[in-house]
Amino acid sequence: MLRFDGVEIRQGSFCLRADFEVAPGRILALLGASGAGKSTLIDAVAGFVTPRSGRITWQGQDITLRPPADRPVSILFQDNNLFPHLSVAQNVGLGLRPDLRLSSAQHDAVAGALARVGLAGFGGRMPGQLSGGQRSRVALARTLLRGRPVMLLDEPFAALGPALKSEMLDLVAALAKDAGATVLMVTHDPEDARAIASETALVADGRVHPPHPTGALLADPPEALRRYLG
Amino acid sequence: MARRAQPLGAVVPAGVAAGALVLALCLGTLAAVAWRAEAGGGLGAADWAAIRFTLFQAALSAGLSCALAIPVARALARRQFAGRGLLITLLGAPFILPVIVGVVGLLALFGRNGMVSAALAPLGLGPVDIYGLHGVLLAHVFFNLPLATRLILQGWLAIPAERFRLAAALGFGPGDVVRRLEVPMLREVLPGAFLVTFLICVTSFAVVLTLGGGPRATTVELAIYHAFRFEFDLGRAALLSLIQFGMCAAAALMALAVTVPGGFGAGLDRPLKRWDADHLGLRMQDAAWLGLAGLFLLVPLALIVLRGLAGLAEMPAAVYAAALRSLVVALVSAAVTVGLALPLALAANRLGGLRGTALQGAGMLAIAASPLVMGTGLFLLLFPVVDPVALALPVTAVVNAAMSLPFALRALGPVLAETERSHGRLADSLGLHGYTRLRLVTLPRLRRPLGFVLGLSAALSMGDLGVIALFADPAQATLPLQLYGLMGAYRMEAAAGAALLLLALSLGLFWIFDRGGRANAAV
Repeated sequence: MLRFDGVEIRQGSFCLRADFEVAPGRILALLGASGAGKSTLIDAVAGFVTPRSGRITWQGQDITLRPPADRPVSILFQDNNLFPHLSVAQNVGLGLRPDLRLSSAQHDAVAGALARVGLAGFGGRMPGQLSGGQRSRVALARTLLRGRPVMLLDEPFAALGPALKSEMLDLVAALAKDAGATVLMVTHDPEDARAIASETALVADGRVHPPHPTGALLADPPEALRRYLG
Repeated sequence: MARRAQPLGAVVPAGVAAGALVLALCLGTLAAVAWRAEAGGGLGAADWAAIRFTLFQAALSAGLSCALAIPVARALARRQFAGRGLLITLLGAPFILPVIVGVVGLLALFGRNGMVSAALAPLGLGPVDIYGLHGVLLAHVFFNLPLATRLILQGWLAIPAERFRLAAALGFGPGDVVRRLEVPMLREVLPGAFLVTFLICVTSFAVVLTLGGGPRATTVELAIYHAFRFEFDLGRAALLSLIQFGMCAAAALMALAVTVPGGFGAGLDRPLKRWDADHLGLRMQDAAWLGLAGLFLLVPLALIVLRGLAGLAEMPAAVYAAALRSLVVALVSAAVTVGLALPLALAANRLGGLRGTALQGAGMLAIAASPLVMGTGLFLLLFPVVDPVALALPVTAVVNAAMSLPFALRALGPVLAETERSHGRLADSLGLHGYTRLRLVTLPRLRRPLGFVLGLSAALSMGDLGVIALFADPAQATLPLQLYGLMGAYRMEAAAGAALLLLALSLGLFWIFDRGGRANAAV
């Protein structure tokens, strides 16, 4: 269980409150306008922003103040998810050992993860030689190897076209299902939520509204969500 | 964003140690000098003359360089022609051109036996006398016109292309463009360009040593050298050192206050479409300025190559030994520069905020320091302990490294900050810390600026004729000092050969390292 327990984040005059929980294995979409605080919430889970008060817990353990690498999370940023000077295999291998001293079994694991995301044989390429969709797949392969139980998506597919984006979302859903991972994904598009998120929470007016099943929520939106959807 | 929840590691202590070392080099030597200066008397008439001449020639040199740079930069900004990119690249060359080599080239053109004198002789005129104030000015303009042109060109290219399009749409004539766009830009750019060139000319040593001298053309820097080397009046050398530091610090502070534009930025070869300048008269005017500036800069360089090739056979064996010594000094100096700059830049970036800026500032302090002051201070400190002559070469390498440090920090700092901005969070989330992060993320991203810094510091050290002149005896001469000795002995053929060798080694060192940073660098 990922719990936000009276969390309050302040950045200058901006303030965001969150008080909700996500069950393991669920995919939760955080829906809202740009600037509403969706990415800020993700950053707090990943360890890049420290809440002013409240606690974030995973399976009962307080992770609010842990360094980013020691949290049970993998994160995909909007961009710069790969190191451009490292090969595809090295970028994926960082998910196993940050110093890249990999055993032969670990090299096999890297190749396996690349095959799982449809990039078998791409290990020797550089990120600059890949398309945007392929780069996202590499980052997902690394997430796979890190094996962290929580996956955070900060709109990593925003720059992709609609068909490619829905393909990537399906891949995320399949990988998360295999691993039993919990997913928090930021989006401003209700269609993304409808595609893979079992639950959706609206982020607006300085707070994260309680999550609801996505289908029911979008079919009969409450006042705040209606204002956002227009 | 909240502070990173990760240990500071060894980076900060290493950076602070490097900063402390630079502070000791800049201020510690000054303190040693100041302590010694009390023993000396006041300033004599000759010293006041040196101070006046220093400021006068620097102001005149900087003013001339900037005034001439305006039409050249304007022509470069608004014209497109074959070789334009190459010409702009060449404008960066005088920065790593050894000063003494440039002087050899200028003498070949304007000296007693130079081309100009030879051309005037049939008319019953000449020969031209290049020694004295006008020779110093000529050399300073030769070295600083390109730099000033690049600084001012930067200002021109910073005017958005849309402004010129709007001006064309509104029917602006050339005069309107000058009034509405160019004069306001120049008002912002010129003070910085003037102060940078002024600072360079105040600390200029090799030019004044070779072309100046005598009671009417002696700078403070040269007076320190004379007091130290010939009169061995340490008290007077110390007093003059303090004055030199004060002048440099004042100029550097003023330069900081007006925010100097960066002259080495990328994108200078981007041409601008200009509708207002499409007149035959303006085109001829621009062509004339570019032609004259090109001749002034290129003919001396061409003469170095031509006469040098002829003189290579005349060089005594001592030249080769000196070249080898210089190569070693240059490589050590480059290594020391990076050894100081990298921890300083990393620590300043990690500390951030005021403490980071303070550390960065300590590293930049060498801008205001004069190599001769540093050398004098080191001599005073080492004198009681070891024979300073034995340490002439190590001291030269270290002082050269300190002088290169400000450029190194300016090259590394922005790339380091950009690396942290783009990849810092990814590295944090993957648990890349300490040495692993340095090896896998930071150093690969810094490869290009590191290659540039190694090349620049090696070339600057290779061509430096400054602190080495204070200490060395002939058995320890570097190539620039050897070259100076040959010129002093009027062995001009051998000097031309040595100048060509020095030019080739300096440019070669820069090229090899800079290339090494670029080759196979995945972006």
